[in-house]
Amino acid sequence: MDGRGILRGLAVTFKHFIASYVDDFRRLGKRYFTQEGVLYRSSPQVEGVFTIQYPEERRPVPENFRFIPFLVYDEGPNGEKEIRCTACGICAKVCPPQCIWIVRAHDPETGKPLKKPAEFYIDVDICMNCGFCAEFCPFDAIIMDHDYELATYDRFATNVFDINRLLKPASYYQQIRPTQYALKAAEREKKAAAKAARRGKAA
Amino acid sequence: MTTLVTVPELETRFAGVITPDTRKGYEGYIVDVQHLKDFAKALRDEYGYDYLASLTGVDYLPEGKMEVVYHVYKSTGGPGLVFKVQVPRDNPVVPSLVDIYPGANFQEREAWDLLGIRFEGHPNLRRILLWEGFWGHPLRKDWREPYFEEEGKPYSSRWPEGKHFHHEDRNPFGKNVDYPPGFDPYTWEPETADEILYQAVLKRSEIRDDLRTERVVINLGPQHPSTHGVFRMIVTLDGETIVALEPVMGYLHRNHEKIGERNTWIMNIPYTDRLDYISAMANNFGYVLAVEKLMGIQPPERAEYIRVIMAELTRIVNHLWAIGFLLNDLGAFFTPALYAIEERELILDVFEAVTGSRMMNNYFRFGGVARDIPEDAWKKLVELVTDRLPRKVDELDRYLTESELIKSRTIGVGVLTAEEAIALSTSGPVLRASGVPYDVRRADPYSIYDRFDFDVAVRYHGDVYDRYLIRIDEMRQSLRILQQAIRDIPDGPIMAGKPQYQVRVPPGEAYGRVEAPKGELGFYVVSTGKPNPWRYHVRAPSFVNLTALETMCRGHKIADVVTILGSIDIVLGEVDR
Amino acid sequence: MVRREGKDRLEGLQVPGYDIPDEVKGHVVITTLNRLYNWGRRNSIWPMMFGLACCAIEMIATAASRFDLARFGMEVMRPSPRQADVMIVSGTVTKRMMPLIVRLYNQMPLPKYVIAMGACASGGGPFKEGYNVVSGVDKYIPVDVYIPGCPPTPEALLYGLMKLQQKIEKQSLKEVYLQKDEYIPEPVLGPDIMDPRDFPMIREYTMKKLQEMQAQVGESTAEQS
Repeated sequence: MDGRGILRGLAVTFKHFIASYVDDFRRLGKRYFTQEGVLYRSSPQVEGVFTIQYPEERRPVPENFRFIPFLVYDEGPNGEKEIRCTACGICAKVCPPQCIWIVRAHDPETGKPLKKPAEFYIDVDICMNCGFCAEFCPFDAIIMDHDYELATYDRFATNVFDINRLLKPASYYQQIRPTQYALKAAEREKKAAAKAARRGKAA
Repeated sequence: MTTLVTVPELETRFAGVITPDTRKGYEGYIVDVQHLKDFAKALRDEYGYDYLASLTGVDYLPEGKMEVVYHVYKSTGGPGLVFKVQVPRDNPVVPSLVDIYPGANFQEREAWDLLGIRFEGHPNLRRILLWEGFWGHPLRKDWREPYFEEEGKPYSSRWPEGKHFHHEDRNPFGKNVDYPPGFDPYTWEPETADEILYQAVLKRSEIRDDLRTERVVINLGPQHPSTHGVFRMIVTLDGETIVALEPVMGYLHRNHEKIGERNTWIMNIPYTDRLDYISAMANNFGYVLAVEKLMGIQPPERAEYIRVIMAELTRIVNHLWAIGFLLNDLGAFFTPALYAIEERELILDVFEAVTGSRMMNNYFRFGGVARDIPEDAWKKLVELVTDRLPRKVDELDRYLTESELIKSRTIGVGVLTAEEAIALSTSGPVLRASGVPYDVRRADPYSIYDRFDFDVAVRYHGDVYDRYLIRIDEMRQSLRILQQAIRDIPDGPIMAGKPQYQVRVPPGEAYGRVEAPKGELGFYVVSTGKPNPWRYHVRAPSFVNLTALETMCRGHKIADVVTILGSIDIVLGEVDR
Repeated sequence: MVRREGKDRLEGLQVPGYDIPDEVKGHVVITTLNRLYNWGRRNSIWPMMFGLACCAIEMIATAASRFDLARFGMEVMRPSPRQADVMIVSGTVTKRMMPLIVRLYNQMPLPKYVIAMGACASGGGPFKEGYNVVSGVDKYIPVDVYIPGCPPTPEALLYGLMKLQQKIEKQSLKEVYLQKDEYIPEPVLGPDIMDPRDFPMIREYTMKKLQEMQAQVGESTAEQS
């Protein structure tokens, strides 16, 4: 009990204290408010100050990151929205807290069900961000979003997302998840090609 | 994978008392209720099954039976043994095993609370997760919650005619409530006010000696900065010395098991994340092991390695957090915690890149894992494991372990002897710090842990200091495993078969146990072949470890309670479920 | 990614419509007492150190070195409600905890704010159907900002706190100081959670249920005979 242990501990904290200044000087001008600086501060090499000053600086969001889901639409040649969702209901069936509600569209003339949702709701106050809906969607139509800035003043007015709120263009999807987008697009092309080949054979 | 055994010798000795469980997919023995105590005593004293891992009840509504399931193990390691008792459903009375296995205390209270099984001879059979006076026993199959929709998910109101509604709007009160018929709130009196609870604790602490001193009852929590969440303790003091302590829990009881029985099998995986929310992937691991055992599938090699890597990283995250906040509780306000959180954040970055979320990873699937590790995340992981984390663990060790302040606050405080630790069914660092080298990864190996070269960390004093040290040791061992896993990981598929959202689980029961960072985490699942589990029980390490809290605290000063609680390292999501 | 200059830091303080010469920008502002007061208030919100569940871990992570709540003047987490301005309800609110949350809320001094962090606190979240879960803390106490997510990342929490700052900025002093401290009666735990204000309704409901049950029993006995 001579206090050597305490001194040794204080030396470690003192080293941390000094390191923050040393590192600031070594990377003067590059350490804060630059992309490089943010990447350095979230890398395993980081020494010294560790803070990322949100909202001015933003942590790079990894591709796999998931928050609330959204629905993908492809832009048609005339700017119309081609919703990818076919209202198959797999996402609603696999959703653990059952926060997805889908109304399937019906043909106004014949009354037959269409492969399209008429209404689509996600209750954000129930959603647990698990990502099952996106994972098991066979049409790549529902994707987990990267946008986390969703705080509101009135949940009853805003927190049940309807189809208008949920729809986002495929270009946005490509932007936030480039690898996954490329992979799934290739898969779909392959499938379409196989289908065309089969049809050609049948004909 | 967890193995269970049958002992032929038992069958001959207890002929007529026990019968092998012959239902399809079931194991173990069914014991006659009258002879349960003799049987358990013989098991413990003569056959060495001295560690009661899990105790739970199952409501078999169609057969009109209640079943209590016991899983016992040898504290020296090896496969375990399961036995059950069956009682009629309308009057389920089972003798309590608290005097044979003191670790059954809280688990029996939980079974009484949620299933209404009465344990005769239990010293303190009160509700534990719900409050006294709650209407009904919620885990009974015929009990329905106010927002009841259907017996099992997926609900038919979601698709194809799924017009959104709020559950509140369908309830007459606009809230999640329901009341029994004929109940009058004006003439109603609360069954157990806090006052009665305080009196009960006070009575327990009466000592008959000549010098009569006044006892003081102190209430800590549930809103208290150092109870690690919404935990509450009622402490009786003699001066400053603790004479009795009563943990009160249930302030975060989120009905995990009831919801789990409504869910389909795969839906439970993200729910398990929210059990011990600091080490989510360890929970995933236990659950998928239990269900994979029922399904009889084996994940591919690469998936096994990824699982081990993730589970061990989770252990490091958890221990960093635990040490940081133990020091916080000691009064080292925030510096060690901040240093620890810094490393944790770096590991969470890897988790986020691999699984998609920082905490609620939802990464394991039946027969593999959800996705492969991306290249940049792998690079970061390797750098962390080979370079940064070993350095930082050493640093943590250097500036905390020898500190005289920490030593004087922790050495000799909260001692738990090895015998007590086993009897009270503690597990994980709490058990090993008391000198029992019991680690499920070694004692009952699962996954591919038998391939790695690591030591089971063990310390012998059983005090707070040793429980702190053992976490440092375990982080080092985890790093050893990680380094080997990173070296040996093969290429290949990460899923056995195609990913499915509706899995077929054959009828039967399974108990999957893993060494979670906080101790033995067990999942007891019963399948009837339907899409939803019939029974889904979580044996939570924090919950069972709390049984030992009173033993650890008695005789110490009130200021040490917080330290001792911090050294057990509880997480309320898991205690209350 | 631009560092905020001194003059930006005074944003919200300056009354629009007054021209300030460039050379003194950042040193001189023309403002009203109201704006000055709110500017001070929103930059020193003290949260209550109060964690419920998983979201509390993200709240601690937000307060730690990487996200650093101190940059917003919010690092002073007070364990006592008497010293806190904002209650961050971080996690699942259970029926058993609800009376205590109401009690804590009642003990907070005015002006007080509540943030519902995460899906559970906002509307019950994934555990909504559970028998012991309150479907949203706003069933009992008023909430100012809702933050969706399960759990919200620390950035999402910071964004929610910034939303709260914006709200405070817009309040007028009069509105803040003339508001009456409304005492919310604590719910009690009977067979289920009961709001004392609901008592007449509960009795009506349970008596009706009893009558229905008796009528059913009567019918079945009549059928038998």
